[in-house]
Amino acid sequence: MLKLIARKVGMTQVYVKPEHEPFGIPVPVTVLQIPENVVVGHRTAEKDGYNAVIVGYDFKPVHKVKKPVLGFVKGALGDKEKYPTKFYEFKTDELDKYPVGSSLGAALFEGIEVVDVQGKTKGRGFTGVMKRWDFSGGPAAHGSKFHRRPGSIGQHTFPGRVWKGKKMAGHYGNETVTILNLQLVRIYPEDNLLLVKGGVPGHRGAYVFVRPAVYKYGGDKR
Amino acid sequence: MDEIIRKVESEYRREDLPLIKPGDTVRVHWRIVEFRRDNKTGAVDVRTRVQVFEGVVIALQGKGLNRKIVVRKISHGIPVERIFPLHSPYLEKLEIVNRAKVRRAKLYYLRHKVGRAARLKIIREHNRKG
Repeated sequence: MLKLIARKVGMTQVYVKPEHEPFGIPVPVTVLQIPENVVVGHRTAEKDGYNAVIVGYDFKPVHKVKKPVLGFVKGALGDKEKYPTKFYEFKTDELDKYPVGSSLGAALFEGIEVVDVQGKTKGRGFTGVMKRWDFSGGPAAHGSKFHRRPGSIGQHTFPGRVWKGKKMAGHYGNETVTILNLQLVRIYPEDNLLLVKGGVPGHRGAYVFVRPAVYKYGGDKR
Repeated sequence: MDEIIRKVESEYRREDLPLIKPGDTVRVHWRIVEFRRDNKTGAVDVRTRVQVFEGVVIALQGKGLNRKIVVRKISHGIPVERIFPLHSPYLEKLEIVNRAKVRRAKLYYLRHKVGRAARLKIIREHNRKG
C-alpha cells in the first residue's frame, strides 16, 4: 500500500462547506509537506520474497553522505550532486507505477478521503506518574506532604513483590504512534501539501508517514 | 515552515476588514443560518439572515486565521459579550462606529464598571494625532 514520507509543518484552520452549509465552518488541520524524495529501488518477489518500493529522502550533498550509502544511491541514481540519506519502503505489486528515479508527490493522494498518519511522539524524557499515566496525585496544600507521588505500589506478604507492568515513572514519549482515519481535507499537488483534519504525532518539522486509511482502503495493518 | 502555513491561510484570509483596535465601537454584521428539515419529506430548508451586534471591542485574541474580537455591549441592562472570528465567512461586514483612547490591550476592567464609569474617551476625527 502506498506510503508517503511527510513533514509536519504545523497546524492552522481552514473553512470548509459540508452539505447544507451556506458559508463555511472552521476545521482544525495539520499541514503536511511531502519533502523531496526519489524511488531508489525495488524489492522483488524473486529476489526478496515480496514486492516493495524503496524510497529515499533527506537529501544531502555528496561529501556528507556516508560511504556505504553513497555506493547504494550512486548505483541506483547515477552521478548527482545530492543524494538521499534516509530510506523507507512500502509493499506494492504495482512496481511499474514507481520506476527508479521517479519521485512521489501529494498528487498520489488524489481521490483519497481518509488517511493514517504514523510518527514519533514528542519525547518527554523521564516523567512522573501524573504526566505519564494520568495518576491524580495528592492535594497541593493544607500540609498534605503528598503531591505528585505514585502512592502504594503493591500489597503485603502475598504477593510479596510488585506486579509486572505496574505503572510507574519512567521514559515517556518518543514512541511510534499511528493515528488512524484522519480526514484528508485538502491536497495541494503543486506545493506537495496535504491538509489533514486534527493533530498528528511529533513536533513541527518531524517526519511522519502518511498512507491511505487501512480500514477504508485495506492493506498492511502494521 | 511559517511561509507554508501563511500560504495555506492566505486563501481563507479576509482582506476586506478594517484595522480593529481595543476600545473601538464596532457594528458586527453576523450571518445567521436557520436550518429546518422536514421530517416527512426529508427536504432541507436553509435560510440565512444577518444580525447586527454593536458594542465595544474589549480584547483581540488569537493570531492568523484564528484572530478573534471580543465585543461587549449592554443589552436591555444585561451585559453581553460575544467573540467573533474575524476571518469567518459568517462575518458579513464589520464597521467601526468610533474609536476611543485606551491605554491597555485588554479592557476587561470595563466588566467591573457600570454606567458613566464604563465610558471611554472617544477620539474625535479632528483632534486625532498624526
